[in-house]
Amino acid sequence: MQNSRKHRYILAFGILIIGTFLFFLLNICIGSVSISLSDIINIINKNDMVTSASTIIWDIRLPRTFAVMILGGALALSGYLLQTFFHNPIAGPFVLGISSSAKMVVAIVMVFLMRNAIRVTSFEMILAAFAGSMISMGFVLLLSGKVSGMSRLIVVGVMIGYICSAITELIVTFAQDSDIVNLHNWSRGSFSGMTWDNVLVMTIVISITVILIFLLSKPLSAYQLGEVYAHNLGVNIRALRIYLVVLSSILSACIVAFAGPISFVGIATPYLVKKLLGKSTPILMIPATFLGGSVFCLLCDLLARMLLAPTELSISTVTAIFGVPVVLWIMMERKKEGAY
Amino acid sequence: MDYYFKTEQISVGYNKVPLIKNIDIGLNKGEILTLIGPNGAGKSTVLKSISNQLKLLHGTVFIDKNDLSLMTSSDLSKRMAVVFTEKIKSELMTCEDIVATGRYPYTGQLGILTKSDRMQVEKAMELVNVSSIRNHDFSMISDGQRQRVMLARAICQDPDVIILDEPTSFLDIRHKLEFLSLLQELKAQKGLTVIMSLHELELAERVSDKILCVNGEYVERFGTPEEIFQTGYIKSLFKIDTGSYDEEYSNMELIPPAGDTEIFVIAGGGSGRSIYRRLQRKRKAFITGIIYENDLDYPVAKALASDVIKAKAFEPIDSLIVETARKKIEKCNTVICCKNSFGSFENANEKLLEYARDLGKNIEMINW
Repeated sequence: MQNSRKHRYILAFGILIIGTFLFFLLNICIGSVSISLSDIINIINKNDMVTSASTIIWDIRLPRTFAVMILGGALALSGYLLQTFFHNPIAGPFVLGISSSAKMVVAIVMVFLMRNAIRVTSFEMILAAFAGSMISMGFVLLLSGKVSGMSRLIVVGVMIGYICSAITELIVTFAQDSDIVNLHNWSRGSFSGMTWDNVLVMTIVISITVILIFLLSKPLSAYQLGEVYAHNLGVNIRALRIYLVVLSSILSACIVAFAGPISFVGIATPYLVKKLLGKSTPILMIPATFLGGSVFCLLCDLLARMLLAPTELSISTVTAIFGVPVVLWIMMERKKEGAY
Repeated sequence: MDYYFKTEQISVGYNKVPLIKNIDIGLNKGEILTLIGPNGAGKSTVLKSISNQLKLLHGTVFIDKNDLSLMTSSDLSKRMAVVFTEKIKSELMTCEDIVATGRYPYTGQLGILTKSDRMQVEKAMELVNVSSIRNHDFSMISDGQRQRVMLARAICQDPDVIILDEPTSFLDIRHKLEFLSLLQELKAQKGLTVIMSLHELELAERVSDKILCVNGEYVERFGTPEEIFQTGYIKSLFKIDTGSYDEEYSNMELIPPAGDTEIFVIAGGGSGRSIYRRLQRKRKAFITGIIYENDLDYPVAKALASDVIKAKAFEPIDSLIVETARKKIEKCNTVICCKNSFGSFENANEKLLEYARDLGKNIEMINW
């Protein structure tokens, strides 16, 4: 049994890693201009030649694909942390209104700074989004003590999301035209326009966060059993909860700052990965969820660019199409188990 | 005397409001303490407080002379394990996975089990006899198996003290007995000190070395089962006003039938118990006699009959008692006789039956 378990884990990680590679390559090759794999290898090997193809690869597709991979993983992982935190399989940054409130604060900051002709750096965007995440996280925490049950928590999140969206709309309405163009694209959620600088910043922030999360996998495994048992096993529940909130908010903040709010990845991916592993042990789930999020977002971004090319769909349009059936599947399965 | 596990004047409760004050417990190593008391009396609150889940409002808990509140959470987790009523959340976890979580205090930064951890898991599962279901999904097994797995998990923690909140509540009689026997075995084998709450008084009386009675405001009694189960105490602790509990025989009966007494039951030697209960179910009041005080029928008769004509054990029956019985029979219109034949010391009852016949009473003979 021990061995067959191990085989399954190896298989699952194999699928995820190969999937990431495969979709990474497809994302680079396919686009409004198709470039063959051999051309790409040429371009990457001899990067001194400046052609239109090399510009597309180096300046547009590579940074974008890297960003999709990193942010997708972060998004799935932040969903996983929130699900663990709330013991609720359909919690996630989007449904809890965390993305929307991060978006709201970013919108306020962007409009304010742009009006004063100050360029917003990636780092400042993350900070603004983090502040926004913490605001709605605070609300959700405040109310989650009073409401219990999977669906009620989500209703609270959706309501917070609506309020934040309304305020964002208000800001957009009063903003100047030039700002709106910027805001509009971003607020729908999109991976377009990533630069290497963006990629660098997100890589640093997200990799530190992910390492910290990985180091929490032991207390998380105890926390999964429920607080009573975790406490008896010597877990400092209060500290762990704070870590969970802060780390998942940093991840959500990065995603919102760079790509805007993206729906359903955070719920669907951890669930699918769990099914793939046949286990929910955090030490396996954390890396597997990250990889799963990368694969999921790479696939969705590819479709967003390809389906109606040259027009690009918003990423959430695609993630919702794949994500919503999974969420419904989760709820049906829970019902069958009689959990709610 | 120095106790292994000791509480000194502890007060427990929620939100700084004390529910139960001044609890003093002293246990030697390897003793079983059971908390009894009515629903909502605070048994769980006491258990949660001494296991450090709830903050103590006052006082100190000691294990082996160490103040619990000064221990690190990791040290405490190596000394004390819990099995509580909260359902464990187990997504895609096998029974072995659950048991293995008990090794948490001993594993390294990432919580990876070493070979010796695996051995401990193995041993714990063997001890409580769950090795055969190791690969079953924890959420799919029966209540009896679940409690065993939870116990194995607690044993894996290698504690000195184990705390269990109503561990037998959802188990059937076979599993109740198995589970409590298991605790006795652990106590004998490992010198484990057990603190638990039980609703089954008769089992609490049998398994416990010490019993603590909680009544919702304070600890009424703390002592050995013999000290606790004294006549009439259970009735007052639980405020029983419907039915009865007999401490001497661990016998409980429903409320006795009320109304006019028209039936006299002649019984003895355990022949009358089921008839008394049958009359109780039909709500017919009755008198019974003549019963020796050490007779099997006596506790039931005492609980259900409107009057019991009794005689002192190991003494000849006084003629005065016979006279009382006769008077009672005169007032009844039916006499039920539970005896087919009378032994030589049941002469008085045999004569009562004859007397009833002579009076022309309606006689019902129960043929066993």
